[in-house]
Amino acid sequence: MKEGTAAEMAKKASGQTAEAQKAQAAQPETQSSEDVERRLIPIYIMGKEYRVPETITILKAFEYSGFRFIRGCGCRGGICGACATVYRTGGDYRIKVGLACQTVVEEGMYLTQIPFYPANKAEYCLEELEPTVGTLMKLYPEMTRCVSCNTCGKICPQDIKVMDYVNAAIRGDIKKAAELSFECIMCGLCASRCPAEIVQYYIGILCRRLYSRHIARPAQDLKARIQEIQEGRFGEELGRLKSLSTEELMKLYGERDMETVG
Amino acid sequence: MAYKPYMKSLIRKVEASRQQRLEDFRAGRHHARIPVDKVDEFLRQYHPDYMEGTKRAVAVGANKGDLVPNELADVLEARCLVDPAQVDLTQVHYETDVLIVGGGGAASAAALIAQEQGLKVFMATKLRIGDANTMMAEGGIQAADKPQDSPPRHYLDTMGGGHFSNDPELLEALTVDAPGSLEWLERLGVMFDKEPDGTMKVLHGGGTSRKRMHSAGDMTGAAIMRVLRDEVRNRPQDIRVVEFSPVVELVLDDTGACAGGVMLNLETGQYFLVRARATIIATGGFGRLHIQGFPTTNHYGATADGIVLAYHLGVPFRFMDASQFHPTGVIYPEQNVGLLITEKVRGAGAQLLNREGEQFVYPLEPRDVESSAILRECHERKKGIETPTGRVGVWLDSPMLEIIHGEGFVKSNFPAKHRQFTRHGIDVSKEPMLVYPTLHYQNGGVRIDTETETGIPGLFAAGEVTGGVHGRNRLMGNSLLDIVVFGRRAGRRVSEYLQAAGAGSGAAGGAAGSAAGGNGKRKLSLEHVQAYNRELEAAGIANGRTAPMILPDYRFKVG
Repeated sequence: MKEGTAAEMAKKASGQTAEAQKAQAAQPETQSSEDVERRLIPIYIMGKEYRVPETITILKAFEYSGFRFIRGCGCRGGICGACATVYRTGGDYRIKVGLACQTVVEEGMYLTQIPFYPANKAEYCLEELEPTVGTLMKLYPEMTRCVSCNTCGKICPQDIKVMDYVNAAIRGDIKKAAELSFECIMCGLCASRCPAEIVQYYIGILCRRLYSRHIARPAQDLKARIQEIQEGRFGEELGRLKSLSTEELMKLYGERDMETVG
Repeated sequence: MAYKPYMKSLIRKVEASRQQRLEDFRAGRHHARIPVDKVDEFLRQYHPDYMEGTKRAVAVGANKGDLVPNELADVLEARCLVDPAQVDLTQVHYETDVLIVGGGGAASAAALIAQEQGLKVFMATKLRIGDANTMMAEGGIQAADKPQDSPPRHYLDTMGGGHFSNDPELLEALTVDAPGSLEWLERLGVMFDKEPDGTMKVLHGGGTSRKRMHSAGDMTGAAIMRVLRDEVRNRPQDIRVVEFSPVVELVLDDTGACAGGVMLNLETGQYFLVRARATIIATGGFGRLHIQGFPTTNHYGATADGIVLAYHLGVPFRFMDASQFHPTGVIYPEQNVGLLITEKVRGAGAQLLNREGEQFVYPLEPRDVESSAILRECHERKKGIETPTGRVGVWLDSPMLEIIHGEGFVKSNFPAKHRQFTRHGIDVSKEPMLVYPTLHYQNGGVRIDTETETGIPGLFAAGEVTGGVHGRNRLMGNSLLDIVVFGRRAGRRVSEYLQAAGAGSGAAGGAAGSAAGGNGKRKLSLEHVQAYNRELEAAGIANGRTAPMILPDYRFKVG
């Protein structure tokens, strides 16, 4: 493949085409009348100043400033963990964090993203594992290095009690660790700040999978239904439904009895 | 952005009518449903799919002449991004048994099953594995597993929800595979909501006649996706995942079978040729095309790329004129616009109300009907609530759930959503949410059969990129089911296909075999790309656009 073309493709992939540039030029005007809260405030993206509307999220502020994401942007809805962002605000020594898609910009915010953070994930066969503290220690021995500083809990954009679930794991309380870590979106911010170099979110998912597979009881009604299906219990009825005309189906559909709502 | 004073005064009307509504609810008195024989007319009047001037007949390809949304026609009537002259088809960078295009739920399910059949898998994905609509699905996954329920009932509910347009064979496969798919997820360690004895908790969804919505909090999709991703990463010897590297064109061999694809490293701009004995498209949907300018709940990469890749090869699509608008997307605060409020909120009893605090629709109609009713209330009847930025929406009375189910219900059952509002100064266990329909799902897609075959030998497709199983309108909880059922079917089918092709049994030596026959290496071709471009030229289309789109462009915009 020729280099020149590849470079052009990258350009296209990052959207720097003439067409896209025209579209940009038209945008601010069409948007301005709609946005009633439009005061522009300065923010600093990796040290460089941009002025953005004060009500928008960090993610949209990047874009408003002219950045086009490849990394660092996923669901745009606060659940995928792709857009972990670190920032400081003027005069404050503290490092702050947030999901770019969920955090509103602040005046004088100095920010950068952490689109990737190296982390060791243990490989395992879930079926063969025992739901014990021994399993956790074997797969993630660094777990016991936790110094209970709670930096992980303070940094978590989901407000998860990260240290508590790590401590539950250390105690072997896998159920507790599973429940406490349930809302984890695996953005990696906890691991990025951990002085003990623990990758908390991998311990979390291991505990959730161990709990769900080996501790929680399997659903019996599910098994019963699978057996009925294997025995061909519903084949005839489905065959009949498949053969019905739309009118006949509509009639049946209209006559359905409904299980109580609520 | 807490509610403004004028909004708070409107909320008092919601509170004023709440007691009576609760009494009616408890007595089983519900708002009237739209009668089944009136649904069609109602949708024609109010659903965005039927608005004039929003569609056009696509000018080229297998569906030439079919009406599709303008935004989809734009990417179909676009030159192929890859210039065949710039690709050396004799230089293969990667060889594998199965190339999976995509990195969401269907792709991961297919990868796991194919790997279990002894195949080497190569996943090429545009963003990260798991950056997908699967991750964002909230409310649940359907399966008819309770004694009072059955797969035929699931079939009938889904068929009605799709207005009797669903492909009967695909739908049968969906309902029959559902319990087994759930059990598979359970065994993989997905943390479903359960009773202490292991029984899965179930709720209603729009259009269901039995409670069959299984959930993991309000993060059901995330719970599933996290586990599938973790499991894919447990098998790196057999499943290679390459991120930020979408396949931007498929390649054929000289027998006309699919033989892999051209992959683009988004960060370096380099092309790589991936030669595969079978290929599965599992790229998801098209929300980021912003059909009719609607906000969307979809993830950043939902740009219809898979439809485009298949279409370049002549694979037709179905039902692409039917878009799903989720009834309850957030419309305030501005930061949350487009964010999804799961149907589970209505499944648990929350009602939709206009600015007078009145109900105007049965809360659990199928999604297209529910969305249409909200659009009617906001625009024709002018009974919506305006936001400070000029948007309009209706109330979703979440606080009534605290009264029905007990204090703390909203926070414990919808933790993610509760948090997303708390961040902006709104406690949705005390104040209602303001919602409006949002572009949510691509009902249609690539035509497949029950074995996920596309008609091109060696090319399979699964998940949201496909069309037929949901007909013109998907029910809640059937998309997570779809990606698991058909993702698994695809993984199984590629193995059967490769065995029948007789090129050895995969991992051992198969990866070195050719696409279809196994008789040495067949010549690769991008002739279909040239043919597609020629067809565009013949149709007089020269607009400078290329496709697939890969990513949307939001630079210099506020919204």
